[in-house]
Amino acid sequence: MSQSSGYMASRLDWWSVGLYALFVLLGWMSIYSAVYNPEAPLGIFDAAFYTSNAGKQLIWIGASMVLIMFIFALDFRFFESFAPVIYGFFLLLLILVPFLGVTINGSHSWFKIGTATIQPAEFAKTATALLLAKYLNDPQVSLLRFRDQWKAALIIGVPILLIIASNETGSALVYVSFIILLYREGLPGEYPGLLLGGIFLFVSALILKPLTIFILLVVMAGILVLLMPIYLQRMYQTYVKMALGISVIMSLAMLVEWVVNNVLKEHQRNRIKVLLDPDFDPRGLGYQVTQSKIAIGSGGFWGKGYLGGTQTKFDFVPEQSTDFIFCTIGEEFGFIGVAGIIILFMVFLWRLMYLADQQRSRFARAYGFGVVGILFFHFLVNIGMTIGLMPIMGIPLPFFSYGGSSLWSFTILLFIFLKLDSHRSDMLSR
Amino acid sequence: MFEGRRLILFLVFVSIGLVFIGKLFYLQLIDDTYEKAADNNAIRKIIQVPFRGEVYDRHGKLIVYNTPVYDVYITPRKAVVQDTNRFCKLFGVTRGYFDTVTKQARAYSRVKPSLFLKHLSKEDFARIQDAMVDYPGFSITTTAFRTYQSIAFSNALGYVAEINPNSLKDQRDDYYRQGDYVGISGIESYYEDVLRGQRGVKYRMVNSNGVEKGDYKKGKLDVNPVAGKNLYTSIDIRLQEYADSLMMHKVGSVVAIEPSTGEILTMVSAPSYDPSLLAGRNFSKYYQKLALDPLKPLINRPPSAYYRPGSTFKLVQALVGQQLGIISAGSVFGHAGAPVKCHAHNTSHNDLHNAIQWSCNPYFYHAFRKILYDGTTGNTFERSAQGLQRWSELVANFGFGRKLGVDVSNEKKGNLPTVDYYNKVYKGENTWKFSNIYSLSIGEGELVVSPLKMANFAAIIANRGWYIPPHLVKGVGEKRTIDPFYKNPVSVGVDAKYFPVVIQGMQDAVLHGTVGVDGRIPDITMCGKTGTSQNKKGKDHSIFIAFAPKDNPKIAIAVFVENAGFGGFAAAPIASLIIEKYLKGRVDRKAVETKFMNMSYLANVTYNRPVKKVTSDSLRK
Repeated sequence: MSQSSGYMASRLDWWSVGLYALFVLLGWMSIYSAVYNPEAPLGIFDAAFYTSNAGKQLIWIGASMVLIMFIFALDFRFFESFAPVIYGFFLLLLILVPFLGVTINGSHSWFKIGTATIQPAEFAKTATALLLAKYLNDPQVSLLRFRDQWKAALIIGVPILLIIASNETGSALVYVSFIILLYREGLPGEYPGLLLGGIFLFVSALILKPLTIFILLVVMAGILVLLMPIYLQRMYQTYVKMALGISVIMSLAMLVEWVVNNVLKEHQRNRIKVLLDPDFDPRGLGYQVTQSKIAIGSGGFWGKGYLGGTQTKFDFVPEQSTDFIFCTIGEEFGFIGVAGIIILFMVFLWRLMYLADQQRSRFARAYGFGVVGILFFHFLVNIGMTIGLMPIMGIPLPFFSYGGSSLWSFTILLFIFLKLDSHRSDMLSR
Repeated sequence: MFEGRRLILFLVFVSIGLVFIGKLFYLQLIDDTYEKAADNNAIRKIIQVPFRGEVYDRHGKLIVYNTPVYDVYITPRKAVVQDTNRFCKLFGVTRGYFDTVTKQARAYSRVKPSLFLKHLSKEDFARIQDAMVDYPGFSITTTAFRTYQSIAFSNALGYVAEINPNSLKDQRDDYYRQGDYVGISGIESYYEDVLRGQRGVKYRMVNSNGVEKGDYKKGKLDVNPVAGKNLYTSIDIRLQEYADSLMMHKVGSVVAIEPSTGEILTMVSAPSYDPSLLAGRNFSKYYQKLALDPLKPLINRPPSAYYRPGSTFKLVQALVGQQLGIISAGSVFGHAGAPVKCHAHNTSHNDLHNAIQWSCNPYFYHAFRKILYDGTTGNTFERSAQGLQRWSELVANFGFGRKLGVDVSNEKKGNLPTVDYYNKVYKGENTWKFSNIYSLSIGEGELVVSPLKMANFAAIIANRGWYIPPHLVKGVGEKRTIDPFYKNPVSVGVDAKYFPVVIQGMQDAVLHGTVGVDGRIPDITMCGKTGTSQNKKGKDHSIFIAFAPKDNPKIAIAVFVENAGFGGFAAAPIASLIIEKYLKGRVDRKAVETKFMNMSYLANVTYNRPVKKVTSDSLRK
């Protein structure tokens, strides 16, 4: 089947492409601003420019265009057919990383090919989403069944284990976002409910003392009893169940404390401490968050103007072109700028979910929700950590953050979906 | 199936988005600590302190200027000291000092400079200058110390010191910061605003390593420093030094004024101190010593010390009595009937001229009684009040009981008793009369004046009825601007025709009256009046006021020597020497000069007040 480019263009979702382009452009502008030296500004025609982050990012944006064209040149059936191969390939890379990888910025998760470096974990997310979608495409598979749930969990779990093995807990956490894909494809609501409850309990256990949690639980149980029908109030089993529930929750809360103190590594424990107490060691462990909040907070309503930031420009915020790019935007474009970007991101996610639901093939739909989940998770953690609502994890802001691997992996992730979407009528005919 | 879940998911997304927007709203719009922290982080404020204005004497001789000194700052992050011992030796500090200060600096900030060593001299700086390249992270800032050409002009000039915490808190315009230098007393304090100039501020952007990255907002907020303005004083520094040397071994004051302009030629406070002791590293050491000295060398006595004017005040009575039309040059009063004695003479024809020449107490007792009672009505209490009222109104014109407005800090009002004052002292109206207050007639009692006021009074007589407010500074800055207040003559409301008899009396007092031979200048007509200020605590204070020459006077003077006894003994010869020096440029009476330079009255000086431990704060204000 051959298609003219005009035909392609009319099928492509230009809303998503436009937002993608806008995000990439804003990201590049912020990276440029971060390296901008007011005493010696570099133009894009200076050779030295291409050794700076902004110059390199420009090259990677160019390379992304090539990747997009490559994706569109492939047959749309390729992604479904080859999903197991792609998945297997990246699993192999993840296995090889501990042996053949190089260390960049303290993270031993990179492959070096010539001068280019890539991080397989970034791409493994896409591979996992593809395989999961392919698995769910089988009409026999139902996520209401425990056996199928277990298989889906296996597909997600293997890369998680491999990534944790190479000590990248932050990147492994991204796979939690597949709960969104699974939920949309029929996973019972109890699972995400339990997950949220678990997170809630985890945070409460860290913030509150065990006695406080206990008192709260007793009060809640008391209120519950008062609201119960009288016959339940008279049954002793009600109280046995409640006591049982309270002791389970209390033991879990104690377990959290134990896990934090004994299982987590020192740096992970400190990240959680910093999150819970913003004034914890502001020059040391809390430095990054403190500086990040200073940069964003100093932006005010209108911001300091493009290239006018002082905090982000002068290296006060570590990692600010990669994981802390949101600071630059917050400082230079102010509340208006960051609120605008959050709203645009919401629009973007809505558009992708809308497109996914339009798909007739379950493969495309499931993959679409996988994309939405991954993007949302990055959005949640990345922005959350820059404003002190999330612990610090090495998670980039999609499309904005500096870095070839990150930009390419998100571009591939998104454009495979847009490619599938442009063929949704073709799939209908199948 | 499960289409509704898209909406549920989207609601979750949107609520997260709203939480983020809420938090951002708080960070960026509500809480302003981040904005300040950002400026602290990235903007380095560089203060440029201009040199303080210099001070010149009336002939353009430099009295005070600035010597640059060097402060060493340390930036811990950049500071690398390989061989600490050599470093300590070079900078002349101990190992302990080095460790303490670097530790403090690190605790303050790793990237911002902290003071490491204060006030290095030019010589010390020259020694370390070349070695500085071996020690990155150490930088030098230049400041300045006051340097004095003459040690004779300390008290009226005042000194400069670090601003004390109270003044820092009470300042009106938030100009000063901790550690800033500020004029503490004298003209250094009075002219602080013009002397200090205007501090410059430069805002530079710095990165997280403390490296400068250009001007903040292209230098739009920068302020260039403005140098302090020079002061051109009316002081004749040679005369000042001469007067100062005459006041050695004595406690007291000398004030000399040019009558036609009100310019103060000399203002000596004794004992004094070497002003260079209070300029520099050893400030606190010497300050403590000077502040604890029972002779109070830090006080500027001429505008602020209190004395009774004694017999010098008889001149005021003579002028006021004539102006009120109650006495005249021909009025004669005998010695009889007065509770005060005449020490000096026994003359049959005791008129106003003779009474001044011989300083006759009974004469002025009777004259003052007449001033109170003549032309008034009612009982003696009411008449005393009416009389004192008109008397005190006229006397106030001479500047008694109020500030003259001299341009040094700490001028005191003194006391001129009025009707209200006595009503308060005797607790009610019409409770006092002449017999209660007759001491005023001879300048004793409740009357209190400063040496400055008496010098101004001498100038009033020299001018035959007017004065220009006395002042130390003739011009500020290169344009030599001056407050019009120091240009306009003030009349005292006594007609010129009443002065000749007083002046003749003063001339004869010097030539063959109360003034002894040491107080006479052979070839200059000096008109003067002695005074002996009673003083409960010890021997009388010796006072002398004078002007010269008689016609077209060039200098009016008041000399106060504490506990030196009768005015003709100590004060008059010293005044005569200063006048001779000023008018002739030299002193021919070497014997008199030597005698009074070496004369000491310190043995008589009593200080009953317990000496409290004085801190720098308690004395500065």
